[in-house]
Amino acid sequence: MKSEETVIDVENLTKKFGDFTAVNEISFKTYKGEIFGFLGANGAGKTTAMKMLIGISKPSSGKASVTDFDVYSQPDRIKRNIGYMSQKFSMYDDLTIKENITFFGGIYGLDRKTIKTKIREVIKSLGLQDVANKLVGALPLGWKQKLAFSVALLHEPRIVFLDEPTGGVDPITRRQFWELIYKQASQGTTIFVTTHYMDEAEYCDRVSIMVEGKIEALDTPKNLKREYNTDSMDGVFLRLARNVE
Amino acid sequence: MKRFIGFVKKEFYHIFRDKRSMFILFGMPIAQILLFGFAITNEINNVEIGILDKSKDHESRKIIDKINASEYFTIGNVVDNENQIESVFKKGEVKAFLVFEEGFAENLHALQLGKIQVITDATEPNTANTIVNYIQSIIQHYQQELNESSSAGVEIRVQTRMYFNAELKSVFNFLPGVMTVILMLVSAMMTSISITREKELGTMEILLVSPLKPVQVVVGKVFPYIFLSIINALVILILGVTIFEMPIEGSLILLAFETVLFIITALSLGILISTVAETQQTAMMISLMGLMLPVILLSEFIFPISSMPHLLQYISHFIPAKWFIIILKGIMLKGVGIIYLWKETLILVVMAIFLIALSIKKYKIRLE
Amino acid sequence: MSIILENITKSYKKVTAVKDISFEVKPGELFGLIGPDGAGKTTLFRILTTLLFTDRGEATVAGYDVVKEYKEIRKSVGYMPGKFSLYQDLTVEENLKFFATIFGTTIEENYDLIKDIYLQIEPFKKRRAGKLSGGMKQKLALSCALIHKPKVLFLDEPTTGVDPVSRKEFWDMLKRLNNKGITTLVSTPYMDEAALCDRIALIQAGRILKIDTPSNIIEEHEKQIYNVESKDMYKLIQDLKEYPENDSVFAFGEFVHYTHSNDEFAPEELKKYLEEKGHVKVFIEATSPGIEDIFMDLSRTKDIKAKDNEV
Repeated sequence: MKSEETVIDVENLTKKFGDFTAVNEISFKTYKGEIFGFLGANGAGKTTAMKMLIGISKPSSGKASVTDFDVYSQPDRIKRNIGYMSQKFSMYDDLTIKENITFFGGIYGLDRKTIKTKIREVIKSLGLQDVANKLVGALPLGWKQKLAFSVALLHEPRIVFLDEPTGGVDPITRRQFWELIYKQASQGTTIFVTTHYMDEAEYCDRVSIMVEGKIEALDTPKNLKREYNTDSMDGVFLRLARNVE
Repeated sequence: MKRFIGFVKKEFYHIFRDKRSMFILFGMPIAQILLFGFAITNEINNVEIGILDKSKDHESRKIIDKINASEYFTIGNVVDNENQIESVFKKGEVKAFLVFEEGFAENLHALQLGKIQVITDATEPNTANTIVNYIQSIIQHYQQELNESSSAGVEIRVQTRMYFNAELKSVFNFLPGVMTVILMLVSAMMTSISITREKELGTMEILLVSPLKPVQVVVGKVFPYIFLSIINALVILILGVTIFEMPIEGSLILLAFETVLFIITALSLGILISTVAETQQTAMMISLMGLMLPVILLSEFIFPISSMPHLLQYISHFIPAKWFIIILKGIMLKGVGIIYLWKETLILVVMAIFLIALSIKKYKIRLE
Repeated sequence: MSIILENITKSYKKVTAVKDISFEVKPGELFGLIGPDGAGKTTLFRILTTLLFTDRGEATVAGYDVVKEYKEIRKSVGYMPGKFSLYQDLTVEENLKFFATIFGTTIEENYDLIKDIYLQIEPFKKRRAGKLSGGMKQKLALSCALIHKPKVLFLDEPTTGVDPVSRKEFWDMLKRLNNKGITTLVSTPYMDEAALCDRIALIQAGRILKIDTPSNIIEEHEKQIYNVESKDMYKLIQDLKEYPENDSVFAFGEFVHYTHSNDEFAPEELKKYLEEKGHVKVFIEATSPGIEDIFMDLSRTKDIKAKDNEV
């Protein structure tokens, strides 16, 4: 459940590449157990902003802390305390499910015993008993994504970043994936998620919409729809982004 | 034709805009020449030695036997006069001649001084040097034996003479090698990479679903590299002639013809690789492991083939580069014409035709 | 008919990519293949663009057989593969010129066809294609696929990974092209795009679930769908799944879409049940299905049937 405990605190965060300002003084907070949708058109600066928050890109100016660590001085500690899953790279196709879990558990410094427990938990909760020793490459995309999500949570981070986790996944599996997200959020994990499916934006507690490097809107889906006088998030998005081109 | 020109133009854009390609094309020749400028020592084994024995006595007989008995040498041609030596060398089998002076045994016993001349084919200077050293040590050994059995101190004096490359410049040896390696690299590796790049990018799919014929695509991809390879060959030759004073004794036209022939062979190898490899990385690995290593190791570029195990010697026959290096050395250092090189040339022609036919057959007009 | 598929089956090693697919696309139609990744869309595109052989079945494009007359097809279709497939190191203009030349035409000759699209990227014509934004890349790729005025246009997932705004623009362009009479086969994993096609085929796991116009598909769907809403979505889904005789429970935007397994459904009872479970602000109303609802329903029920057959 949503609480007042801040997990991300961003103030006037900016990133410039030469003359080009990719991220322009954005400010927001996310809280414990919140599902935070991070939307925007291609090239609006989403990816750049996300890179700064996960500690792999240094901001040009502004302040940001993630799980109480500073993005300038403590990027390594941030990396240890967050989970991350992207559509492009999630798992090694040529390793089995067990090997993948062991490998990623090892990266995050889990001891052998914990890894063994985690393997059992993940395999059980996703119902993968029959395929635990199969190569990940042989799994359908939807399963892979669900598994990748569980792997990103192995070290029990306070926040997990999901970069278009459901792209191309079939509608039923997409919903199963969101049920996993809900479940995790209800246990107190903050979810920071980007997506191109506008119906998924509705599943978020709060949504921010970036347009040309700035956060142009940030509120609950309900309030946004009311504010922009439309009945879907699609409408909100189009209205905001349309003004640009 | 317009389609073809458009295609070739596009290829040139790719090449000139890719720093890596530009480096391999133009930085590599210079880098290679500098790299291989360092002397490389090598071992010899069963080298064929020719004999001109003007004396034909028991002493010369014994020395010949000694040499024949060593693992390094076997006796090949025996000739009757000096004039025959050069033509034997040109055939390329015999690497050195032992010339005994008239009345060798007599001189040895009467004057206590016998003279032997060692003439080597110095187109491969490293090998030539090694041969001379080994022969000298065998003869010295024999001289010691003689002196131990009798009280009189005799001396066998060995004079050495070089044919073709009298100054023993090893650069003359490695330059044809470098040229071969670079032409192979540029032609085979670069074409295979550039074709697989289209596969990786997905553009091959679009090219296939277009009126372009497969042969147009392949020739279009290959054409710029023929052109660039020729420029490369020229650069190497000019570097060789101006900086290292490399001679080109034979016909330039023949040299040009043989070079183009080799380039075509290498290009078809590149196409063949690209029909097997799906990614640029695989193409690069196959080119390096499957082509570059054998070219460097089995072409007489660095290591004399004659001292290799039989299996490797046998394999070396299938390396186009081996034949091209023989041709290059023949034309540049020995100044021989097609009469002496027809066999090697024919082998290259057959290889080229075979590879082209195979790669056209293997070229896929679909994705499976 | 512009495209005809008859019982097309294709397997890769052990996996059956598409099974027994038949449909027709009429001249001038904008036909959508709707389904998630791995449904077999790309395989169908590659068969129709003569890049793959079929294991079984026959297909023609613009009247030509995809196997025997592949050369004719290659001359007369435009193809935009799923992955962005232009030369990243060539500029916008160079790419377009190149594709014009290999199809034996010029930019000028068919300019009216691409004008609409190309004008939007023309200001960047000296920019390398690799440096374009996602939306602009799509426009360039479409221009290149159109440059020779193809009889049939194949667009394999042109909008995947593209933001909603660019997606909308792209579909607007397709509509305009379609009005010019170009037959188009387009695939997409986004169910909301289905409504923009003349006719659609819903495809899942290599099989076709349904072929018809989007409106017919929606009209013919019999199951009544209810929007259910409460304060706590996650708990709502869990509780609905435990409601007796529930048929399906899917999160859907701000609501949960609920279907009941029989006709004896009383919204008041459900509301009471939910309130007993501690839900507040419970809201239930009947709603009409969208393509996505139908897709989920069909893929679920056909799955069950397939499994029944196995037993």
